[in-house]
Amino acid sequence: MTEQITSKSAAAIDRAKAEGRAALIGYLPAGYPSVQASIDAGIAMARNGADLIEIGIPYSDPVMDGPVIQAATTEAIASGFRVASVFDVVAGITAATDVAVLVMTYWNPVMRMGVDEFSRRLAEAGGAGLITPDLIPDEASEWFAASDKYGLDRVFLVAPSSTPERLAMTVKASRGFVYAVSIMGVTGTRQSVSSSAEKVVANTHAAGAERVCVGLGVSNADHVREIAAYADGVIVGTALVAAIRDGGVDAVGQLTKNLSAGLTREEA
Amino acid sequence: MVDAPAANSEENAADAFLQGGVSLRNAPGPYFGRYGGRWMPESLIAALDEVQHTFEKAKADPEFLAQLNDLNKNYSGRPSLLTEAKRFSEHAGGARIFLKREDLNHTGSHKINNVLGQALLAKRMGKTRVIAETGAGQHGVASATAAALLGLECVVYMGAEDCRRQALNVARMQLLGATVVPVTNGSQTLKDAINDALRDWVSNVENTHYLLGTAAGAHPFPAMVRFFHEVIGVEARAQILEQTGKLPDAVCACIGGGSNAIGIFHSFLDDASVKIYGFEAGGDGVDTGRHAAAITLGRPGVLHGARSYLMQDEDGQTIESHSISAGLDYPSVGPEHSYLADIGRVTYEPITDTEAMDAFRLLCRTEGILPAIESSHALAGAIKVGQRLTEGKADPSEVTIIVNLSGRGDKDVETAAAWFDMLDEEGNVKGTTLSTRKPKGPAERAAEAGAADVKEDQN
Repeated sequence: MTEQITSKSAAAIDRAKAEGRAALIGYLPAGYPSVQASIDAGIAMARNGADLIEIGIPYSDPVMDGPVIQAATTEAIASGFRVASVFDVVAGITAATDVAVLVMTYWNPVMRMGVDEFSRRLAEAGGAGLITPDLIPDEASEWFAASDKYGLDRVFLVAPSSTPERLAMTVKASRGFVYAVSIMGVTGTRQSVSSSAEKVVANTHAAGAERVCVGLGVSNADHVREIAAYADGVIVGTALVAAIRDGGVDAVGQLTKNLSAGLTREEA
Repeated sequence: MVDAPAANSEENAADAFLQGGVSLRNAPGPYFGRYGGRWMPESLIAALDEVQHTFEKAKADPEFLAQLNDLNKNYSGRPSLLTEAKRFSEHAGGARIFLKREDLNHTGSHKINNVLGQALLAKRMGKTRVIAETGAGQHGVASATAAALLGLECVVYMGAEDCRRQALNVARMQLLGATVVPVTNGSQTLKDAINDALRDWVSNVENTHYLLGTAAGAHPFPAMVRFFHEVIGVEARAQILEQTGKLPDAVCACIGGGSNAIGIFHSFLDDASVKIYGFEAGGDGVDTGRHAAAITLGRPGVLHGARSYLMQDEDGQTIESHSISAGLDYPSVGPEHSYLADIGRVTYEPITDTEAMDAFRLLCRTEGILPAIESSHALAGAIKVGQRLTEGKADPSEVTIIVNLSGRGDKDVETAAAWFDMLDEEGNVKGTTLSTRKPKGPAERAAEAGAADVKEDQN
């Protein structure tokens, strides 16, 4: 990890850690159901206990997403969402709150805009960095250069299937935190959190990562409590997307509040 | 980590090739110039590594190669014929056109070459389940076939729109024991079927191999799928030398993802005298926006794991492709084709639906061969190439052209009947509804049998 760049995501996770708890990271796609609603929902998450916010760019071919997020992003694109609007969402949330705002995106929209140009505009909007579900460090040379130039976090994913060599390489390539995929699968709510998650986190810590956050299938306060016991942060996506779909911005705020109740580590 | 070499290195590659110093054959991947790679979720990298290692070991293993050759010969019916199309040739400026008859393979297309290879690899990896995507249904049928032969469970993802267009192939897959999952996301065609297959793979990778059907996707698929199809070009090159005593002037193939094309091109890549042409689906015409001509009008991007030419909008969203041919209806193309296009070794041109269907009818009527609509794009291209290459030639028959006839057209009869106005308002073939006798299907037979039973009871 490059030392001279101050990571906004790391700072947010460390603030939570100083309070004796894991960080809560909430995901919503930009432009669903509208750009303004995304800003309002992001602010609602921040005011109800989210430490970091992940704003997704709706994309035509989201291979890591399950039906709920697919339906939301497909609808956003059909209603005319443009990629550049993601910077408005990031700027809108960072102007009103002090949470770290990351953008989660499949790689082609970034490549199409130009990696440098995308990074410049994200930094200008106050964004913390990018989470890249289909970009592995092996293909990321352009992104290394641009993220260093603009001081952005590089959040790569690790999975239960990652070998020790790949874990070490990915940890070294990441800045901010490492995103541990809890199970082999796509996004979506699940009954229980896979037992493989704890192992991935332990292995990623052992590979040198200071901060490891867990996502995929985390949907309620019990899941959050379970993961917060061993991870530095807990990522919730599909459940929040379902909340905004069914109950709008208020429901997002309420769910975030419920989820954040699971964060505090119980005293040993 | 290999970064994109600058454009001038591609010119150097082309120069070096023309000077005879560099072979374009056997490109191992992951990169083909600045194309290819692995733009994939980390969750799948271990599986891709496993496929790659298994493939590399297998292709150096005489036992594996013997097993594959045996299946090619005694199951698929290889070598496929090289048939001279004498009457068809008259329409191509008099150039001698030879058809590489992949339509005669078991299951009716080139697709069987790749699925047998990959299904054997799946067994070697200890996988019990294969999944596949399919557009026209040819790859799905081939996958279901290989799975039945080798005792693997098979699930095929197929766009709901393609299921409708190719209902007969859905039934074929089901008869072969496969489960067909209609995909209703996005454009409901091939690219969305690949998305769902990838989602399945990431969830079931422990026991499942993704039997990708074209020379695209993440490394090692482009190089591996090409390897299994190279037999097409190896045979064609030997056959044309035997039949004409010389190399052909041109080789033509259709391009969707580009597996049949790279399979036949590969043997000729280092023969500098052989011109090579790939024909993309031009749909309604490339100026209409309704086409699938990724190389002609796309720009480099990443989709399904590879960097390649891609039909995309200003935001990098994939544009829906359009073609009368379900098998070419794909908005990107295999990365090796993008490289061969950039260095100028292969010329890629669009063929419209109309041109393809004219060639389809022409081959039916001049040669008694009903081609797949995909392959008809290559036939239409060969007519143009033949006319060009014979221009000003005293003896046009000195020009020889090989066309990869990648599949047979039985699956396309309904599409063709509609195109050529052979259907009535109800969608029945005109002149087939005049019978005054009662239909005799299984339902009617059952009803009659039931009626007979009642009578017997009364007696």
